[in-house]
Amino acid sequence: MSALHDKGVAELSRALQAREVSSVELTQALLERVTRHQGDLNAFISITAEAALAEAARADAQLRSRDAGPLTGVPMAHKDIFCTRGQKTTCGSRMLADFISPYDATVVERLRAAGIVMLGKTNMDEFAMGSSNETSYFGPVRNPWDAARVPGGSSGGSAAAVAARLTPAATATDTGGSIRQPAALCGVTGLKPTYGRVSRFGMIAFASSLDQAGVITRSAEDAALLLGAMAGFDQRDSTSVELPVPDYSAALAAPLKGLRIGVLKEFFDTGLDAQIEQHIRAALDLLRAQGALVKDVSLPNLPLSVPTYYVVAPAECSSNLARFDGVRYGHRCEKPRDLLDLYQRSRAEGFGAEVKRRIMTGTYVLSAGYYDAFYLKAQRVRQLISNDFERAFREVDVVIGPTTPTTAFELGAKTADPVTMYLNDIYTIGANLAGLPAISLPCGLAQGLPTAMQIIGPHFAEERLLNVAHRYQLETDWHRRAPPGYA
Amino acid sequence: MSLNRRDIENIARLARLALTEQEIPVYVEGLSRIMGLVGELDRADTRQVEPMAHPLPGQRQRLRADAITETDQHALYQRNAPQVEAGLYLVPRVIE
Repeated sequence: MSALHDKGVAELSRALQAREVSSVELTQALLERVTRHQGDLNAFISITAEAALAEAARADAQLRSRDAGPLTGVPMAHKDIFCTRGQKTTCGSRMLADFISPYDATVVERLRAAGIVMLGKTNMDEFAMGSSNETSYFGPVRNPWDAARVPGGSSGGSAAAVAARLTPAATATDTGGSIRQPAALCGVTGLKPTYGRVSRFGMIAFASSLDQAGVITRSAEDAALLLGAMAGFDQRDSTSVELPVPDYSAALAAPLKGLRIGVLKEFFDTGLDAQIEQHIRAALDLLRAQGALVKDVSLPNLPLSVPTYYVVAPAECSSNLARFDGVRYGHRCEKPRDLLDLYQRSRAEGFGAEVKRRIMTGTYVLSAGYYDAFYLKAQRVRQLISNDFERAFREVDVVIGPTTPTTAFELGAKTADPVTMYLNDIYTIGANLAGLPAISLPCGLAQGLPTAMQIIGPHFAEERLLNVAHRYQLETDWHRRAPPGYA
Repeated sequence: MSLNRRDIENIARLARLALTEQEIPVYVEGLSRIMGLVGELDRADTRQVEPMAHPLPGQRQRLRADAITETDQHALYQRNAPQVEAGLYLVPRVIE
């Protein structure tokens, strides 16, 4: 039998229901692991041990009285972008370093109601702006596969914690790849649902037309269980979609015979690491052997994803982050001379360099005289990219490509030039621009570092994505590999 | 596309961000690089395309009923405020 920390959500659920282990025992074991590895990974911003043990004791009482659901007593972590009542929510920023959430995010509330025990809050790029977790005010997260390398971002703490077996799962958010890219670089499974599928209420806003909450787990089976508990209509999020939530676990094992897979031509054209390409081609062969039909598809406007994103996302960021004024909450400078000085210095001190760069980019593209040339132009190209996907999904059920152009890079390697860092998200941004669901899953190791493939589907095709990912994971064991030293 | 020092000072003022002398050239360089990347959008012919309004086609923005749903929690919310007195947020004097 595998050690407790090596078990995923589904396995732990079975062990808890069978009373082979109590939630308190499990929570204690994982808290001990989280604390022991905080020094080498820095994956957490807060460890909420006391609250976790109290929640675990409550879960055990429910399990004893047979008043439990499948997730009762299962521990997990939340990205520090989700408000958690009575606990700190920093969003990786000095601006919110002392902020105590007055309420729970809907995602947190729903998982709590399902019996999930929260271990703590995971580290992240400041305000989710970054692809390497190096912009966090609380210091970078290290990749458990190689401590000299980044875990990816912005959900770097969530991905590193799941990979290092500190937690079986963690919530995450994805605006331009922030679930899938770190999941890829850390060798774990990351699901970004359709825009509007999961409530954004209580999730600190970055770019509201792109932001979506999801989950990082070790398998598609675990992601299906958690998505079922997180998803659904929420009155408090005006973009939440009123559609029933399917039983994502029920569809996992469906056979792939006749599934039409599109291979994204533009993703293989330039800049892709040869070993990653080789691993994805091998994965496609495996899916073909299960009866899937594979053909090439072309999305001619997709190469414009990155420039489109770097107009739309900063524009929305500059607007969303205008709320941080040093008056109602957040950092305030010492001895402001007047109101303008209070705003300018509180924001200058509270935000880090990358956040300021994005606020200024957004301010510029929205400013008088530039709005049409940049912002409206980008929203038009965004429509073209969305149309490309729509056309492709008339011919195929899902499209497959890489998640990242390379494996995990070294800390500091891309911090000098913002554009070099932005190009990391070249394969992930398209799904955000079009509001599509996508999943990243490990498909190999190259020089000891995980490689990953990405599956993108039409709106609300999460069941299909999880099904394809699960069938792949039934035939392979890449998702079960632990980083050396963390097995 | 290239921005200059005056552009950056103007943007920072609009964004309510105080910049140090050392930061200005860093943002001149950074934003110029980013706007260079954004310049690639000129390659796309968008004459026949409407700007995208919502990531989900056909979705309409929902309006809630005009009814009071929130209870008064100002004491709870003000626990996060930098400076409060008698239930009021304090800021520097605005009117001399």
